[in-house]
Amino acid sequence: MRRLEALEAIYPDLEQSVVVTIMGTVAAELQSIGHRPNFFYLMHAMGLASSVGLGIALARPLQRVVVLDGDGSVLMNLGGLTTLARYRPRNLVHLVFDNESLLSVGGFPTATSTGSDLAAIAKGAGVPRTATVRTIDDLKAAFADARRAKDLTTLVAKVDAVGPSSYITDLSLLENRYQFARYLKDHP
Amino acid sequence: MPVSIDNSSLVYGALRDAGIRIMSALPETWLVHLIRMAEDDPEMTLVRLAKEEEGVGISAGAHFAGVKSAMLMQNHGFLAAINGIVSCGQLYRIPLLMLISQRGSFGEKDPWQCEGGGVTEHVLEALRIPFDRLESPEHVARRIAKAQTLAYSAGKPVALLLYRDLMWED
Repeated sequence: MRRLEALEAIYPDLEQSVVVTIMGTVAAELQSIGHRPNFFYLMHAMGLASSVGLGIALARPLQRVVVLDGDGSVLMNLGGLTTLARYRPRNLVHLVFDNESLLSVGGFPTATSTGSDLAAIAKGAGVPRTATVRTIDDLKAAFADARRAKDLTTLVAKVDAVGPSSYITDLSLLENRYQFARYLKDHP
Repeated sequence: MPVSIDNSSLVYGALRDAGIRIMSALPETWLVHLIRMAEDDPEMTLVRLAKEEEGVGISAGAHFAGVKSAMLMQNHGFLAAINGIVSCGQLYRIPLLMLISQRGSFGEKDPWQCEGGGVTEHVLEALRIPFDRLESPEHVARRIAKAQTLAYSAGKPVALLLYRDLMWED
């Protein structure tokens, strides 16, 4: 499965959610489909996207939150999965794109390429709903299930290690940050 | 445990007066009363972290959602959180209120705490993080309120160092 196709498949849900992404390919590809004021791209601080999502979900329990994460980022903040599970925000879906590599910095393989299983780690951390999906249809079904379940879910989507040629987009970091905060202010 | 309950109450009250509603923390001896006060307060959401850096992300998310938050940590936890503070807190202009217990200063009896105490203020200076010391009860409320004001007007992380003379009753 290609990440871009996966993002296109869930885009209708993202339009209705508050979305926090990691840097690199995920941010660039989501913007290539279409930026919205309810999307925040954490362009550095690897590992903290799920923490930002948790902060929003705790502050806004009625708001649907989606965190678009990656294997390299999750591996930098495995403890964050235990915090996520501990506070179990039922309004948060945590989708991890696992391409088994650090694609944007040369494609070096991560530990998921040698068997580390992020869905199993999330489950072990206490996340109540976890799954690994490998096809677009399975992703769509699992994502819809997560929405129906109204419970914290970590989905690991195995994707190809391919991405765009550039990660720089037209949207400046602070423009995105203030636009996103204003969206949340206007949607209490 | 001779951690000052009175001065912990003073710090906690000032945080409540500053409108803090989410507090992230990792336990450390000097912070035990503060963490219990947050836990017992029905209007406070206490987030117990696995590592301090997570707290920067949680505070950023809370800020975007319009909720005031603070981080409670030891200075060694601050040292562990630096990339998050720089690459999330400073990069994205987050008004981040950090309360940092300044272990390893004069009077410290634990040998393992002593290295961090000597570098904490220098690291804060190197990171250009505005900070002040909380050493004596009479200036606690004012300094916390002023730190919060600057965090919001400047849009940046700020730090208050909790010193031994305030937190510990030898």
